[in-house]
Amino acid sequence: MRLLRIVPDDTKFDFMRFRRISFPVSALLSILAITLYFVHGLNFGIDFVGGTLMEVQNKAGPADLAKMRSTLGGLGVGEVQLQQFGGPSDVLIRLAQQPGGENAQQAAVEKVRAALGDTVEYRRLEVVGPRVSTEFLTSGTLGLMLAIIAILIYLWFRFEWQFALGAMIANVHDLVLTIGFMSVTQIDFDLTSIAALLTILGYSLNDTIVIYDRIREMLRRYKRLSMADLLNISVNATLSRSIITHVTVTLALLALLTFGGQAIHSFTATMMFGVVLVGTYTSVFIAAPILIYLGVGTSRDTGQKDEG
Amino acid sequence: MLHFSRLKALGIILTTLVVCAFAIPNFFPEKTVQGWPQWAQRHIVLGLDLRGGVSILLEVDTNEVRKDKVNSLREDVLRVARENRLGGAPTIRGNTVEFRVRQGVDPALALQKMRELSQPMGGVLSTTGQRNLEVVDAGNGLIRLTPTEPAIVERVRQAVDQSIQVLERRLNFSGTVEPSIQRQGIDRILVQVPGLSDPQQILEILNKTAKLEFRLLDMSIPPEQVDPNNVPPDSELLSGADADKAQKYLVEKRVLVSGADLTDAQPGFDSRTSEPIVSFRFNNNGARRFAQVTTENVGKPFAIVLDNEVLSAPVIREPILQGSGQISGSFTVESATKLAVLLRAGALPAKLTVIEQRVVGAGLGQDSIEKGTKASYLGAALVVIFMFVTYGLFGLFANIAVLFNVAMIFGILSLLNATLTLPGIAGVVLTVGIAVDSNVLIYERIREEVRAGRTPIMAIDAGFARALATIMDSNITTFIAAAVLFYIGTGPVRGFAVTLGIGIVTTVFTAFTLTRLIVAMWVRWWRPKTVPI
Repeated sequence: MRLLRIVPDDTKFDFMRFRRISFPVSALLSILAITLYFVHGLNFGIDFVGGTLMEVQNKAGPADLAKMRSTLGGLGVGEVQLQQFGGPSDVLIRLAQQPGGENAQQAAVEKVRAALGDTVEYRRLEVVGPRVSTEFLTSGTLGLMLAIIAILIYLWFRFEWQFALGAMIANVHDLVLTIGFMSVTQIDFDLTSIAALLTILGYSLNDTIVIYDRIREMLRRYKRLSMADLLNISVNATLSRSIITHVTVTLALLALLTFGGQAIHSFTATMMFGVVLVGTYTSVFIAAPILIYLGVGTSRDTGQKDEG
Repeated sequence: MLHFSRLKALGIILTTLVVCAFAIPNFFPEKTVQGWPQWAQRHIVLGLDLRGGVSILLEVDTNEVRKDKVNSLREDVLRVARENRLGGAPTIRGNTVEFRVRQGVDPALALQKMRELSQPMGGVLSTTGQRNLEVVDAGNGLIRLTPTEPAIVERVRQAVDQSIQVLERRLNFSGTVEPSIQRQGIDRILVQVPGLSDPQQILEILNKTAKLEFRLLDMSIPPEQVDPNNVPPDSELLSGADADKAQKYLVEKRVLVSGADLTDAQPGFDSRTSEPIVSFRFNNNGARRFAQVTTENVGKPFAIVLDNEVLSAPVIREPILQGSGQISGSFTVESATKLAVLLRAGALPAKLTVIEQRVVGAGLGQDSIEKGTKASYLGAALVVIFMFVTYGLFGLFANIAVLFNVAMIFGILSLLNATLTLPGIAGVVLTVGIAVDSNVLIYERIREEVRAGRTPIMAIDAGFARALATIMDSNITTFIAAAVLFYIGTGPVRGFAVTLGIGIVTTVFTAFTLTRLIVAMWVRWWRPKTVPI
């Protein structure tokens, strides 16, 4: 049987040449993403800003959004956001955080329920108070940051410090671009998004380590090769693996994105962007070439002859 | 690398199968599993986001606990002051009780007596040296007593423990199915009821403090003439309950008998008016006090107060000596039943606030599961086909290894009785990706070694040796991330970290043992001249 070969056996792409393009582009995109975050913001879900979210299904066919809007608008519970969600009879109702603490949230929910009565079926109801939402945000951010720092320390011991720093820059780059993506698409940013970001972090890290491992091995084998050539050899050697792994991940994510339903839609969309688009690019065009700038291999004994 | 002793091979296969076997109960309906022996019953609990249900996070009001503590401290100070004839009435200033020593009394003596109120934290055997009270001589015969912060925290902790018991009794009495009530942190309680889609009935049961008190009405001024800003110092103005909200009552602060002395409460009907009532029974202590009070106050009205609302204010017609009585009011059968449940379960030691509430309808949970499962199967099928097309026989080996890997994850999750939520599934998806990657890493290395002109066995051997170092590095790094998230994260993030952590362990295990064993067995049986990869 002839097996599928996506990548030819002996590739010799000069990936490092692209660093003159990839670094400015990445820097620009990162700045753009950060600007977007501060200007456009994220579509924070109630997990992080508090408030109420209700998913209702109209019992008698398609929901009349305009009518619901006017009914709920007159309740005096602040701004009410309505949104079609999934099918024509499914509506997502959002109430902002009510002034007056936790009990006011409950009272607002009561008003909405009384107004809608029996015409709808309640599929989901989430009420997050101000204190809990603040805690979620701090613990989520703290968790992400501490995880990155812990990884940095481990890599510093396991490799050289340049690798640790390089991996961290690559990871942060992935996360920043993904957050930019979430800002553009205004995907709901909730606790599940944190899980998505962590998954992206996990994949990106896995990818970076695989390449770094190869670079370290090559550093031992070739003593006189220029760093750029050495990095090219390493990236080319792992190219087949990178592509096969990413194709499998893409296949799995495509299935989840297409048939997984609303509940995991934003999660898989974020993953698709972070893992498939950004993650692959980062490990090849950022994580590897950045080692040149960080000065890996400058202390090598160039007097020795190469064996390979 | 490719040599396995018979014993080792057997060990690997047995370990894999046993771990996988723990996943079996998940494939049977819960009813069937309940008939199995205890050790075989462990299974994955689906999170409420997947199976639907109500989840409510409650918080004990620390301020209220603090206030109660200061109030009872004032009572204690008053008692000590009277017993020792030390001086006048203590006053409350913020979190502190202040007490001024009477002229002619030695402040040192007073200080010593007041210090006796302070106790070491954690009982007599305490080693921390912390005390529950701080007693300070502020000079000029002024003594300040303040509950210490650890004492307040301890009190909050106790309040949460007690609340959990009361909530358990209330929910059990009301016949709700399998609620789970857990402490979270110091001052929080998580109540989860799977299968329920209306949080209202739970909230109603949880929200009531159910503090029942019998107190005398203050008849010195008619209630409608009382200035709300100038209520007599030993009385307070309370409103009636439910339909009776507008009605005001002037009630003495002194509690004659409290709900803590109740032994039973039942809904029933008044034999004369056939209105719904709640009848109750006191314990010995309560019965004695109730008898004494009613004997002394025949002809006067008293108030039955629930959570600072007056349920009813009947006139005591004759002494009630047998320790039982009844509360009438504008009850319906339903509200009488509810009140009886609340009274029987006891009062909450402090008010609970709902700070988070999530309800997932059973329909939505079912949809999520069905769609998620379908998509996962499809995704898995695509990956399996792709691996086979890319690596042929070795792709098949990889598929077997990844299949066992996933089965092992579910086995371990079952063994831990872990809760699987949507983010948890994300963790599994990530793991499958990493697991597939570990096989890809191994095979690509083998391909390289074959290209470098090594013999099949040497190529396979070297391929494993080199790939495993990389697999180890990347997995340990990811595991560190998972561990950090587990300790920092809350709820969903934690669920993600658990599945990811377990997934990494099983991935490393399968890569180092199962995948290698399969390939080694193939090499032994087929003695290949070339590697079909």
